[in-house]
Amino acid sequence: MGEDAESTKINHTFLRDYVTEADVISTVEFNQTGDLLATGDKGGRVVIFQRETESKGESEEVEETGDSGEYNVYSTFQSHEPDFDYLKSLEIEEKINKIRWLPQQNAAHFLLSTNDKTIKLWKVSERDKRPEGYNLKDEEGRLKDTSTITSLQVPVLKSTDLMVEVRPRRVFSNGHTYHVNSISVNSDGETYMSADDLRINMWHLGITDRSFSLFLSDIVDIKPANMEDLTEVITAAEFHPHHCHLFVYSSSKGSLRLCDMRASALCDRHTKLFEEPEDPGSRSFFSEIISSVSDVKFSHSGRYLLTRDYLTAKVWDLNMDKGPVETYQVHEYLRSKLCSLYENDCIFDKFECVWNSSDSVIMTGAYNSFFRMFDRETGRGVTLEAWRESSKPRAVLRTRRVYNGGKRRRGDVGVDSLDFTKKILHMAWHPSENIIAIAATNNLYIFQDRVSPETQLQ
Amino acid sequence: MEVSAEAKRIMVVALGKLYSSRTQRGGLRLQRSLLLTLVMKSARDMYHAAQATVESVVAGYEQPQPAAEGTTGTTGTTEPTGAQTELLGAASLATEKPRTLTRVEVSSSPNEFRRDAENKENMCPTGPAQHSRKRRGKAAMEPDFLPCKKAKLCSQQLSVNSVLLDYVNCSSKLGAPPSPMLLHRAIAAC
Repeated sequence: MGEDAESTKINHTFLRDYVTEADVISTVEFNQTGDLLATGDKGGRVVIFQRETESKGESEEVEETGDSGEYNVYSTFQSHEPDFDYLKSLEIEEKINKIRWLPQQNAAHFLLSTNDKTIKLWKVSERDKRPEGYNLKDEEGRLKDTSTITSLQVPVLKSTDLMVEVRPRRVFSNGHTYHVNSISVNSDGETYMSADDLRINMWHLGITDRSFSLFLSDIVDIKPANMEDLTEVITAAEFHPHHCHLFVYSSSKGSLRLCDMRASALCDRHTKLFEEPEDPGSRSFFSEIISSVSDVKFSHSGRYLLTRDYLTAKVWDLNMDKGPVETYQVHEYLRSKLCSLYENDCIFDKFECVWNSSDSVIMTGAYNSFFRMFDRETGRGVTLEAWRESSKPRAVLRTRRVYNGGKRRRGDVGVDSLDFTKKILHMAWHPSENIIAIAATNNLYIFQDRVSPETQLQ
Repeated sequence: MEVSAEAKRIMVVALGKLYSSRTQRGGLRLQRSLLLTLVMKSARDMYHAAQATVESVVAGYEQPQPAAEGTTGTTGTTEPTGAQTELLGAASLATEKPRTLTRVEVSSSPNEFRRDAENKENMCPTGPAQHSRKRRGKAAMEPDFLPCKKAKLCSQQLSVNSVLLDYVNCSSKLGAPPSPMLLHRAIAAC
């Protein structure tokens, strides 16, 4: 990443000798149309990619939609800087935890980005014209000597090189004592929520041209009177895609709570609790850690919830709170390795999960640059790899397998040779097409599914 | 024994992680600290459950003078004395470490007092179990609670010390046995 002129198409391989910590991508998000893709990194920077509307270069069959373009860098800006809380003597990391786009209302785009403590609203606008031919100012903007003006002219808009301006429009600070883990924009387009370990806040954005109104309220507070009684924390939260009064939050105990804001101002009593009874046979020292939900996502239909815990991805039906309706084993072969994963801290990794546009496929990340896709209809999963050695541009991704006993096939990777430093934590799926963005440490991979297989180059 | 060894290692690793998280950039992560505390409690409970079966054997060996009283519940199995003292030493080490950590976290002033407490606690491994259970709470992680937590720790320590002195002097069976629930968990883990 970075602001340098590395604007080459990003599904080409990156050649980097080393990975700087600041370049590690920490969040990926498509906007509502999928034309823009934003990434945030540990250095507090945001990079926005835009999809080209025409394919350039090689002659290739154009998609039926005419939009077979690739994503190029559109804008880069520094969203958050390292900060310091003087009262608690705590350093506040500039790492971008989440980015969420607002629904587009005019020519400009708005996005929310957050670090551990502060959420910022950014306006992304284009300028490709500028007025020329002022009467009172010259080309450089200096005032002309009025005696030299002999005629009147009407200023004309001349096109210039495209300029993308990103400006902060609002800063939402001092709303959180603990670390912010999620933000979610409401379907009403006027409010959004931010969740930290113990509280969820709701904010109001009155987007007008010049001024904003701001209203903050505490909608969930699970902080116990005595912190010693603390048994669980909030790990993720999201608004329902259609019902502006409903939202869900997940906990470190593996439960989900669906809340209805119409019930009361402070949603400390959930409308529905989704919990799977613990299997006593599989209890171990690490049961609590691996049951903690790291991500929760509503399906596009709003009917289902997708959650990710350390070893599985689960689909829940909103009408059924007794347990998930589908459970997918992401990397069950790690169950016997929990002790070493605990020692090297990998057991605390928080994987994200996503739905495809039709809610028929779910996807989540794993180790060794692997990520998994599960077809909900067949229940089958595939393992794919986001690694530059095996990802030449336009090449078809081949499926991978992790070998853990049984018949070994060529190309299988043994469990003990998995690279646990190469983790796929963050990812996004295009809202309407089969295009996925995978963040692998400091690299961003974008994979597109071609409509007709014949156009794929082997 | 494997359960105890693994439980001990898990506890030690958890403590190391909790301790190093203090210096982590971005401050203490509440979720991570909570999960580590839960793992530690779980490991500690299993460890003590495993120890309970050992102690009922060992109790007879620990207080030699009024040996008759200490042998309630002793089973037929006997172990060499050397191994027992080693186990006891290890047990005290494991239960000691949590306290050391919370003390360091809370404040750094009354060190000498704590060192004395440590020595006394060395003699009776199960006494500190209840004591450390109370102390290792989330409040230790939360900066706002810092002042009141310190006071609580000191007062608890005083009462525990007096109790420990009694244990050393008399010969009665040490501590309350863990609840049957914990034993089930220990068995399931094996």
